[in-house]
Amino acid sequence: MLSYILRRVFQSVLVLLVVGLVAFAMFRFVGDPVDTMLGQERTMQDIERLRESLGLNKPFFIQYWDFLVRAVQGDLGISYRQGRPVAEIIAERLPATLELAAVSGAFALIFGIVFGIFTAIRRDGFAANAIMTLSLIGVSLPTFLIGILLIYVFAVELRWLPSFGRGDVVDLGWWSTGFLTQSGLVALILPSITLGLYQMTLIMRLVRSEMLEVMRQDYIRFARARGLKDRAIHFRHALKNTLVPVITVTGLQLGSIIAFAIITETVFQWPGVGLLFINAIQFVDIPVMAAYLMLISVMFVAINLIVDLLYVAIDPRLRTDGKGA
Amino acid sequence: MNTRYTAFGAALLATTALTASAVSAETLRWARAAEALTLDPHSQNEGPTTTLMHQIYEPLIIRNMEGEMEPALATSWEPSADDGNVWVFTLREGVTFHGGEEFDSADVVFSLNRAMSETSNFKELLSSVSEVRAAGPYTVEIVTDGPNPLLPNNLTNIMMMDEGWAMANGAEAVQDYAAGEDTFSARNTNGTGPYVLTSREADVRTVLTANSDYWGVGEFPLAVTEIVFTPIQNPATRVAALLTGEVDFIQDVPVQDLARVEEADGMGLATAPQNRNIFFGLNVGAEDLGNDNVEGANPFADVRVREAMNIAINRDAIQQVVMRGQSDPTGAMLPPPVAGWTEELEEYPAYDIEAANALMEEAGYGDGFEVQLDCPNDRYINDEAICQAAVGMFAQIGITVNLSALPRAQHFPLIANGETDFYLLGWGVPTYDSEYVFNFLYHTRTEGRGSWNGTGFSDPEMDEMIVALSSETDLDVRDAAVAELWAMAEEARIYLPIHHQVLNWGISDDWSTVVDADDQVKFKYFEAD
Repeated sequence: MLSYILRRVFQSVLVLLVVGLVAFAMFRFVGDPVDTMLGQERTMQDIERLRESLGLNKPFFIQYWDFLVRAVQGDLGISYRQGRPVAEIIAERLPATLELAAVSGAFALIFGIVFGIFTAIRRDGFAANAIMTLSLIGVSLPTFLIGILLIYVFAVELRWLPSFGRGDVVDLGWWSTGFLTQSGLVALILPSITLGLYQMTLIMRLVRSEMLEVMRQDYIRFARARGLKDRAIHFRHALKNTLVPVITVTGLQLGSIIAFAIITETVFQWPGVGLLFINAIQFVDIPVMAAYLMLISVMFVAINLIVDLLYVAIDPRLRTDGKGA
Repeated sequence: MNTRYTAFGAALLATTALTASAVSAETLRWARAAEALTLDPHSQNEGPTTTLMHQIYEPLIIRNMEGEMEPALATSWEPSADDGNVWVFTLREGVTFHGGEEFDSADVVFSLNRAMSETSNFKELLSSVSEVRAAGPYTVEIVTDGPNPLLPNNLTNIMMMDEGWAMANGAEAVQDYAAGEDTFSARNTNGTGPYVLTSREADVRTVLTANSDYWGVGEFPLAVTEIVFTPIQNPATRVAALLTGEVDFIQDVPVQDLARVEEADGMGLATAPQNRNIFFGLNVGAEDLGNDNVEGANPFADVRVREAMNIAINRDAIQQVVMRGQSDPTGAMLPPPVAGWTEELEEYPAYDIEAANALMEEAGYGDGFEVQLDCPNDRYINDEAICQAAVGMFAQIGITVNLSALPRAQHFPLIANGETDFYLLGWGVPTYDSEYVFNFLYHTRTEGRGSWNGTGFSDPEMDEMIVALSSETDLDVRDAAVAELWAMAEEARIYLPIHHQVLNWGISDDWSTVVDADDQVKFKYFEAD
């Protein structure tokens, strides 16, 4: 078991290093930060001086190496755009993204399961068909369009909800939260729906098909034959057995909710790490881009690692090294 | 359990009450696409940063919203009677910084030297300055390396800092990214301006409140007592925020939403021509172009080809279709408020395909050629659409244009590195003088000048005249030289002007303002309606 874990951790570190290398190789195609850092009145001399002092003239693998050497010492560098330490900026922005991801994850899970059960039980009902059709729209419309549509309906026309931002936040020292103010809670509604809609439809369809599958099983038929109530059959027997794949998928989707918050955050001017990353790309803010990509890959690798380890814990057949080593 | 809910409810109520009282009638909530990059006034010479700085800090001379120069921290300025290379500035007395420090000549000497330092983005504006000295507590002499009649024009965005405050906090040097640490002055401010920074969270919210000790109280409207600034990048969201009344003022209304804002209740548009020209640049200097299909020759080197292209652009169609009427078509390479602009320069040639084809024939390119056009897609109003329209127009005279549209961070390096043969560029003139245009766009590319001249154009005679402009004190002689230079530039035809941009501000009916041609908002001039 230990050697399995060690091997997986070693593989994860390797993946991280490769992600970093690819990222640094790509940065040159994003553009040249020097031009955005110097004003309109820059001379050719200024350009050369800044390139030299930022080390942009060096080959990308040397720039990557310099980044790694500083990163392991805990120094992620200074943002070219804001002139402040990258670690500090990311720490400031992360709560906004994590809160948004948590709320939209909860939204997706709750509504996904409820709608999934409903459409499975009332398979041919009008409401179930309507939900299925609407969910198709949710899957096929791009996120930014859904966001703009929601803003148009609920902010501009109905004036119920704010169109941008996070509302008032309460600063807890190391964490800024929007959960404690009314404007903060209200501001979460539209972005969460926008971000969670796709995941919700995914979970809903998964629950529905799993549920339909389970309902055909013999033990459900026997349960009916025993004269159990529908409610007991649906929720005590069928639902429980559909949840295993749902939990797996939800866990893996959590990473993508955080990573794909970029578009939602741009539409709603949500001050999270996704918006930070978009701005960094436009400005070619290499230290921020590098740190963000590393953060996201650490997150994905960690989630995958945990899932893998859980599988091993659950399923003894996967413990291949059990006897030999 | 119950008590916890009560406490939570009480907190909710308290915060709602707080927010409700914070937004009073004098608060102006302001949004625009871009955020200020830093709070250091000498670090980034870039529009949105300068706009925020103008509320907090002040220059010696300021441009008001009409674009006229007005005394700010200097009350008067004149060339020295004894030495033609010296400008004498008399400073305003009794001015204090937000921190209470007194403003005097030592602060001016310190600030100008700081703005001239290696890592400042403003140093090119002060490149003619050789020394700044205090001639008394409220008199400053600026020495230039030769007479410089236009020095005051270059000072309108150079902010004054307190020397003692900067020294005490280790902020003598301007932000240096390579040094790997941030400076105190990038996060903290201490200006003399009409507004004091109360809180700032970059990309989220910046709050400024009125400076009660401001020297201009009584002199300016100062109707805005609190400014809440939020950058909103997505154009649709920005317009939605204005329409819902969540913000009172947005600086960049997309052309497709102009009608919506105009028709909506409680708000309107403020419109004015912007100090910015949009044009195509052509690589005339190369022996052979890298991105065309003509071997061993450069079609752009032939002035007849350039002329043909100039009259093949249907500027009226671009204005009506691409810009929805929101531009001023032009034949000039400088916007109207800039000294040296004339109506003759402004006139643009009639769109004439037949004449253009005849010129192409004459130049030996009757069968046309193929070339790549590099265009930004996130910098100017509808930049990519302008290029798309131009592709069709040039096709009519046999030039097959392959459009390559890139974000600004990739487009501008092409010009800086000389990797483009045909490009779109926009140019604003912050000094309001033609010399600025000549210096950057027409002078041969050298270490110090011509950094935006991506055309490879080089005319030693023009270079000499451009350099001479900076030290010509006789304004009549200077004006004549400027006119002659423009005539030479017209003849060279290395650029194909398209139009001047038009600015559209969306503003709530509670406020009124003049639109600044430089897109620089100065809230002290805002009036309440």
